[in-house]
Amino acid sequence: MAELTLTGPDPALDAAPRWRPVIRSRIGTTGPPRSPRSRLIGSATLVAILAATVIVVPLVVGLDQQVVDLAAANRPPGPGHWLGTDELGRDVLLRCVYGLRVSLAVGLVAAVVSTVLGTALGALAAAVGGWTDRILMRLLDAVASVPHLLLGIVIVAVLRPSLTAVVLSIALTHWLSSARIVRSEVLSLRGRPFIDAAIAGGSSRRRVVVRHLLPNVAPQALLAATLMVPHAIWHETALSFLGLGLPPHLASIGNMLNDAQRSLLVGGWWMSLAPGLLLVITTLAVAGLGGVWRDRLNPRRRSELAW
Amino acid sequence: MDPEAGLLTAVAPAPPTGPAVGRARGRAIGWLVARRLAFGVPLLLGVSLGMFALAKASPFDPVQRYLGVRIIGASAERLAQLRANWGLDEPLWGQYGSWLAHVLTGDFGDSLSLQQPVSQVIVERLGWSVLLVVVAFAAALLLGVVLGTVAAWRQGGWLDRGITATSYALEAAPVFWLGLGALYVFAVWLQWLPGGGLTDAGAAPSAGQLARHLVLPAAVLAVSQAPWFVLFIRQTLLEALTSDYVLGARSRGLPERVVVVHHALRTALLPFLTLLGARVPELITGALLVETVFSWPGIAKATVDAALNVDFSLLAALTLLATAAVLAGNLLADVLYALADPRVDLDG
Repeated sequence: MAELTLTGPDPALDAAPRWRPVIRSRIGTTGPPRSPRSRLIGSATLVAILAATVIVVPLVVGLDQQVVDLAAANRPPGPGHWLGTDELGRDVLLRCVYGLRVSLAVGLVAAVVSTVLGTALGALAAAVGGWTDRILMRLLDAVASVPHLLLGIVIVAVLRPSLTAVVLSIALTHWLSSARIVRSEVLSLRGRPFIDAAIAGGSSRRRVVVRHLLPNVAPQALLAATLMVPHAIWHETALSFLGLGLPPHLASIGNMLNDAQRSLLVGGWWMSLAPGLLLVITTLAVAGLGGVWRDRLNPRRRSELAW
Repeated sequence: MDPEAGLLTAVAPAPPTGPAVGRARGRAIGWLVARRLAFGVPLLLGVSLGMFALAKASPFDPVQRYLGVRIIGASAERLAQLRANWGLDEPLWGQYGSWLAHVLTGDFGDSLSLQQPVSQVIVERLGWSVLLVVVAFAAALLLGVVLGTVAAWRQGGWLDRGITATSYALEAAPVFWLGLGALYVFAVWLQWLPGGGLTDAGAAPSAGQLARHLVLPAAVLAVSQAPWFVLFIRQTLLEALTSDYVLGARSRGLPERVVVVHHALRTALLPFLTLLGARVPELITGALLVETVFSWPGIAKATVDAALNVDFSLLAALTLLATAAVLAGNLLADVLYALADPRVDLDG
């Protein structure tokens, strides 16, 4: 790689001084800098607005997002329909709100289910140890070496596309990270004096796990669940986009993008742009909030790439 | 990567080299490969068993699927005959054993959805998928190294901020949405490039046709993979830039380009090597979605059809193939790392 050179001098780079004291600004700082407060405020505000929208709008508007108005089909964005209408004359903005509602709900439920599954397996592996631990960890390796969308597709194929199938498909492919986190947390907690004290005090293994270990891994597990929400939403969207996800009457972002594919070739760009953009904003907001929380909980994990 | 490691490369005397050391290193790498293969075989067996169990757990009945509506008129003897022919009467272990025996001879059974032997489906389509993935991976790598280096070099500047923010946004954007966007802009609106398929309708396949049709899917896949590389290179390079040997190189008055590219980037690329192999699952996932958007005739279309039609023989073969690719990617990355860095301990 030594022969790799930067392609041509960038005029913008030359305008700035050649010598940039990257080092000086970092020497003397102990540990990584804390995440800026603006990130917390920005992400939290966005999440609050999005959550309020998907909860309040359907209650207030009371319009049926499935209302078909063929006379108004394929209208570009304009007055009356701010984000245009789709090929059946349904308002894209309204469908986006309902779609995000479904996607968020599925993402939340799937993230919780996968984290509960991962926490249970991780705690079991660490608390019992021995062969149970070894077998569970090999199982984890095996699941981790199958690309998760492919495994998710197989699971949906077995169960046939439905809401339950999608949630199970996400849960069964995304429990690995929380299982790893909980297992290593429990392993490190097991050596701590208060666990020894509980065992010496005559607590049963079950009581030690339920009363002493699990409450202490709860913050990490909750954090893992939060960071899992964007992944779960992504997975649901991808499955629905492939036609293997939610049934068509549940308008999720993925279903909308799947529908929009047809209109795209005849110029209907607004039907794909809006749902995708909304998904990007939601993902960034939720991931940003999770990232701030993670930085506070484990400052040393900051260098990990997922933000 | 911690700064200590960088310090070692710069200050520690070069490790003894020579034919004897090289041979020992070669043997150690050979052992690593052997160990991984020994671990990979049971893992693939486990995955195949899991796939088989999933197929059997499905409420789906292959006889019903084969007959379709004709099942109404089919006699009980005919159904029993079909079951016996397909070995569905045998106990599960027997069925798995005979399936596995066929798989080991390269016979994955017949695909119900495509009405072809599974091996033929894979032979016909795998090449196109590999072509797409390799081109996209190379482009993503190039983008990642160049942009990541620029971002780390101008840390905190507007160029860095722009690159980093774009990377985060692209990481959050689903690849098929990017694909739809590219499809609209370049194929529908500007009409510069074809919007899908392998060649124009009715045109004879030629290298020029193929290249024109490859540009959009490969570019979209590359752009969706690049952010991760950009952010990773930026991170490791930032750490390398703060280390003492870079300070040393600067104090010797070496040109900035030499310091960044030859000193800092060289060490920053080392941990990158091991993580390249870990990207194989992401690449397969991305290719699956990109191929669907652009109707690229790779294995993605076959996978989705197989899932919609409960075509388990094809799904099982594709899953095993993907798992093998992931394991191979991990192994390749470790071997490359061991070759690139003589300090790496191979006993893990």
